[in-house]
Amino acid sequence: MTGEQIIFLIVALSTLGSALMVVTTRNLIHAALWLVSTLFAVAVIYTLLNAGFLAVVQVVVYIGAIAILFIFAVMLTRKDLRDSGPQMNPNWWLGALLAGMVFAGLAFLLQGWNGLSKTAADLPSGFDAVSLLGDKLTSPNAYVLPFEVASVLLLAALVGAVYIAFNKK
Amino acid sequence: MIPLSWYLILAAALFCIGLFGVLVRRNAVAILLGVELMLNAVNINLVSFWRYGNVAIMTGQVFAIIVFAVAAAEVAVGLALVISVYRRRNTVVAEELDLLKW
Amino acid sequence: MNFWNDPLKVAAVWLEGIFTGWGMDAVLAHVLVVFLGVFLLITILMVLDIFLVWIERKVVARFQDRIGPNRLGPYGLMQPFADIIKLIIKEDTTPDGADKVVYNLAPILSMMSVLILWAIVPLAPVMLGVDLNVGVLFLIAAGAIGTLSIIMAGWSSNNKFAMIGGFRQVAVMVAFEVPMLTMLMIPTMFAGSMDMNVIIQSQNIWYFILSPLGALIFLIAAIAELGRAPFDLAEGESELVAGFNIEYSGMKFGMFYAGELLHAFTFGGFWAILFFGGYRFLGLEQVSPFLAILILVIKAMIGYWVIMWVKYTMMRIRIDQMLGFNWKFLTPLSFALLLMTALMNTLLRGADVWLYITGMFLSNVVVGWIALEIARAAAGKERKRIEGPKKAVEAHH
Repeated sequence: MTGEQIIFLIVALSTLGSALMVVTTRNLIHAALWLVSTLFAVAVIYTLLNAGFLAVVQVVVYIGAIAILFIFAVMLTRKDLRDSGPQMNPNWWLGALLAGMVFAGLAFLLQGWNGLSKTAADLPSGFDAVSLLGDKLTSPNAYVLPFEVASVLLLAALVGAVYIAFNKK
Repeated sequence: MIPLSWYLILAAALFCIGLFGVLVRRNAVAILLGVELMLNAVNINLVSFWRYGNVAIMTGQVFAIIVFAVAAAEVAVGLALVISVYRRRNTVVAEELDLLKW
Repeated sequence: MNFWNDPLKVAAVWLEGIFTGWGMDAVLAHVLVVFLGVFLLITILMVLDIFLVWIERKVVARFQDRIGPNRLGPYGLMQPFADIIKLIIKEDTTPDGADKVVYNLAPILSMMSVLILWAIVPLAPVMLGVDLNVGVLFLIAAGAIGTLSIIMAGWSSNNKFAMIGGFRQVAVMVAFEVPMLTMLMIPTMFAGSMDMNVIIQSQNIWYFILSPLGALIFLIAAIAELGRAPFDLAEGESELVAGFNIEYSGMKFGMFYAGELLHAFTFGGFWAILFFGGYRFLGLEQVSPFLAILILVIKAMIGYWVIMWVKYTMMRIRIDQMLGFNWKFLTPLSFALLLMTALMNTLLRGADVWLYITGMFLSNVVVGWIALEIARAAAGKERKRIEGPKKAVEAHH
C-alpha cells in the first residue's frame, strides 16, 4: 500500500460517506452541508488526478455558488425552522435495490474491459495543463464552439432563473 | 500506483448513491441534491479518463468544464422553479405536486 | 545555500536529517517537517493578529481624535493580551435550539478560510508555502469557504436577526466576487500566469501604474468581501445588533473578530502583491529573504491602513444601495475596463515601454472618466426626479 493509495482510500471513503449522509439525513440543511463536504472531497480527487485547475474551479463554482444556492433554497422553502414528516418515500427499499442493481451492472460491465488495471503514465515534463486547457477552449479547431454555447446557456439560465423567481408584487 | 478501476468504481458508487437520493427523497430540493451527486460522479469519470489516457488530448477536462457550467445553470433554474412552486402551492414535497395527474 | 539566503530550505534539510537520524522513514520525516512549517506560519500569523487588534484600536482612536488604549503596557501594547484573556475566560454559551455542530464549526471555518490564503502568499522569492499555478483562483476559492461559514453562523444561531444578517452578508459577498474576479484577470493578463510569484516577478513596472482603476475596483470589491464599512450592514452595530455575530460570545466571537482583522490584513497584502510589486522594491529583495518579508509586511500594512482609513471615514450604505452599486455600476465598469485593458494590451504589445505605460494609464483614466460622467448623469436625473416637484412648488411663490 503506497502512500498515494492510502490517501486515495481515505478521500474515496470520505466522499462516499458524505454522499450517503447527503441522501439519508433528515435535516435538509445538514444534507446541504454534507454536500459541501462531498464536493470538497471530489476536489481533492481532482488534485490527485493532477487536474489542479479543475479542483479550484470545483471549489469556486460548486461550493462557492451552488452549495450556497442550495442552502438559500432550503431556507426559503420551509414553513418553520425544523423539518417535519418523513424524508424518504415509503418504498425506499425499492430505490435502494435499484441503485444497488445499477452499481452491480456497472461493475459487471467494467469487468469485461481489459484496460481496467492500467496505471497512470507520468506527466511529460513541463506539462502545463492550464495553458493547454485555455488553448483548447479558445482555438477554432478545438472546443471554442462548445465554450461559446455554454456561455449562451449560462446567460439563458440567468435570465430564466431571475424571471421565474421574480416576485411581482 | 492507483489503477484506473479504483476511480471508475468510486464514480459508479457515487452515481448510484445520487440515483438512490433522486428515487427515494420526498423533498424537491433533496432530489436536486441527488442530481448534483450524479453530475459529480460523471465528472470524476471524465477527468480520470483524461489522466489515464493521452494527457495531451484535453477532451476530458474540457468536457468536465462544460459539465460544471451546465450543472450550475441547471441548479439555478431548478431552484428558481422550486421556489416559485413553493410560493404558489406552499409545499415542496414532490408527492403533493400532482395537479397534472389524472 | 546558506541560512541567510534560503532559511526555510536550510532549516528543513537540517530537521529532516535529525528525524531520519532517529530512524524515521524519509517520506514521514518530510511530511512532519512540512507540518512543522505550517504550524510555525500559523503561529506567527496569530501573534501578528493580536498586534493587528492593537493597531486597529489605535488607528480608529486617532481618526476619532482620541488616544485609544494607553493604560496597559507602553502605548497600550498589552491591551490585546488582556482582551484575549477576557475572551478566553468567558462562558462558552450555545443558544437554546441552535444546531450545535454547525454553530461551533462556523467560527473555525471562518478562521480557516483566512489562514489557508497564506499558503499562496509569496513572502520572499524562495519562501512561499505552495507555488500554485492557479493562485489567483485560489483566492476566490478561499473567499467561497468564508461565505459558507457566515451563512452557517447566521442560520445555526436560531435567531432571526442573525439569519437576516447572514443572508445580507452572503448576498453582498457573492455579488462583489464578480468585479473582484474580473479585476484579478488584469494582473493575470499582464503577467501571463495566475501564479502569485510569477505576477510579482513580472512587475517591472507596478501594475498600479498600468491599471489604477483596476486596483481601485479591486480594493472596493475586497472591502465588500471583507464585510467592513462602508459595506458592513450585516454587522452594523446600530442596524442589526451584530448580524450573524449576535449569539457568539467568548472566544468564538474572538475568532470571528480576529479573523476579520487578519482577513483585512491579508487582503492588504494581496493588494500589495497584485498591484504594488509584492516583496520587490528597487532590487532590495535579492539581498536577503528577510528583507523581502519586511518589504511585503510594510506594503501590507500600508494596504491595511488604506482599508482602515476607508472604514473609519465613510458612512455605511444600505443593502439595496450596496447591491445596486455592484450590479449597476461596478460590474459593467469592471467588464468595460477588462475589455479596454485587453484591447490596449494587444495593440501596444510591441511598442516602446513609455508608450505602453502612458497608453494603459490613459485608457484607465478615460474609462473611469466616462463611468463617472454616466454615474453623474444618472444621479442628476434621480435627484431631479426626487426634488423636481418641490422646486416647481417653490418657483410658484
